[in-house]
Amino acid sequence: MATEVIRAMMPGVFYRKPSPEEPNFKNEGDPVKKGDVIGLIEVMKTFHQVQSDFEGTLTEFKVDDSDAIAPGVVLAEVET
Amino acid sequence: MAINKLLVANRGEIAVRIIRAAQELGIKTVQVYSEADETSLAVQLADKAVNIGPASAAKSYLNVEAILDAAKATGADAIHPGYGFLAENADFADAVSNSGIAFVGPTGDTIRRMGDKAAARQAAQDAGVPTVPGSDGIIEDMDEACELAEKIGFPVMIKATAGGGGRGIRIAGNAKEFKELAPQASAEAKAAFGDGGLYLEKVIEQARHIEVQILGDGESFVHCYERECSLQRRRQKVWEEAPSAALTPDVREALCSSAVALAAAVNYSGAGTIEYLYDDKSGEYYFIEMNTRIQVEHPISECITGVDLLAEMISVAGGNNLSLSQSDIRMRGHSIEVRINAEDPANNFMPFPGVIGDLRVPGGPGVRFDHFLYQGYQIPPFYDSLLGKLIVHAETREKAIKRLARAVSELSVGELKTTAPLFSALADADDVLSGEVHTKWLEPWLETNSDKITQYEGGAS
Repeated sequence: MATEVIRAMMPGVFYRKPSPEEPNFKNEGDPVKKGDVIGLIEVMKTFHQVQSDFEGTLTEFKVDDSDAIAPGVVLAEVET
Repeated sequence: MAINKLLVANRGEIAVRIIRAAQELGIKTVQVYSEADETSLAVQLADKAVNIGPASAAKSYLNVEAILDAAKATGADAIHPGYGFLAENADFADAVSNSGIAFVGPTGDTIRRMGDKAAARQAAQDAGVPTVPGSDGIIEDMDEACELAEKIGFPVMIKATAGGGGRGIRIAGNAKEFKELAPQASAEAKAAFGDGGLYLEKVIEQARHIEVQILGDGESFVHCYERECSLQRRRQKVWEEAPSAALTPDVREALCSSAVALAAAVNYSGAGTIEYLYDDKSGEYYFIEMNTRIQVEHPISECITGVDLLAEMISVAGGNNLSLSQSDIRMRGHSIEVRINAEDPANNFMPFPGVIGDLRVPGGPGVRFDHFLYQGYQIPPFYDSLLGKLIVHAETREKAIKRLARAVSELSVGELKTTAPLFSALADADDVLSGEVHTKWLEPWLETNSDKITQYEGGAS
């Protein structure tokens, strides 16, 4: 068991849902696999998927939906 | 009523352009800005600046109440919406007018009418402007839509009437595809715009995008000739020219006159653009839509005609008549604009926000660079990627392309990746040199010519 972190690869706005009407990609406590999408980053009006590099349990989101983020910021923690 | 103080409800390069126009007219300026734009050039250039909210455009540049409050608090008697954001929001135009403030643009009713694709098409037909074969209005019934699609002939474009920016648009190559795609387009449009109505249009293959700049004061109407914007990537224009090298003088005259007829038919006031598809082979042109605002690529029209479009639209909003009649407007030489975006053309045009480094701005004869950059400026990631527009003007198209290549080679923004190398490569591409392009030319070219772009990377050379 180790705690791994998923970081923002670019600056922008972090979203936890594919669109405002849809449910979150992942909720805290959900299992995650490598390549699972956990959120989107909107940068300059384009959207980029944030994928998990780890397999385990997504224990906590460190930023809220629609938060502005800088590159390298920790978005979520995964317990592996 | 004469305008004394103009509020700029936009950001980036167009905010700077509006402030410059106002200053030359002796009008004070108020720049509204989001928290992310506090350090912007427009904020520094304006006489006064007002923070209207957080970085998210929905909470700042699209916040009608905050913008109107800023106008009232600063005593602004006019608002310029620029392009994008609230520029084609009819309710905003109404709210501004109802507050006793001049909206720099047409009335809310005109924006509403021309913003509705079916109504705009009807207005064009009524004014005698040719339209693309398609549905005469919104279709709700899918069976009826499919019957009409077969009648028009495939491929058929399915558009959401409330759509914009490519959303809700599908192209069906046959009836089977149509039956799959039409409900999707309707659902997408309903989710995004709350209106699932569709309309259909025949796809004109290998067409050029040609648009006519018009000006009106509600009583008289003129055109400032056409622009060709056929070089597009993902339906975004990247390189624009004025005039179009594809038109004969006769076709140009007919096309531009049709645009003036449509402007007159809707009693247009302000600057506007009427967009057409032009089919080289048949010489036919078809109305696509009207944009009821200033456009990104307006400087090339200014270059070939000498008309200051921003000054005219502000003056008209202040209650003046147009300062020109059609016989005053003559076309001279050839102008090209390229969009310098914070995107990496060698990496699938990935957005590349960052800090402007050693800024080197091109100069010399016939070169204009409309931008909002300064050394050390941190480009916010929250808005579109347009950093500036490099515009050249020369006697002929051939000389303009050479001048463009020269100007692009002088531009440097430091380590930041921009689309500049793309334009160096395009200025050397045979089809661009010969003008043999259409709206679907650029994307396949990019797929096979990435090495040519990479070759020009590294800024000034």
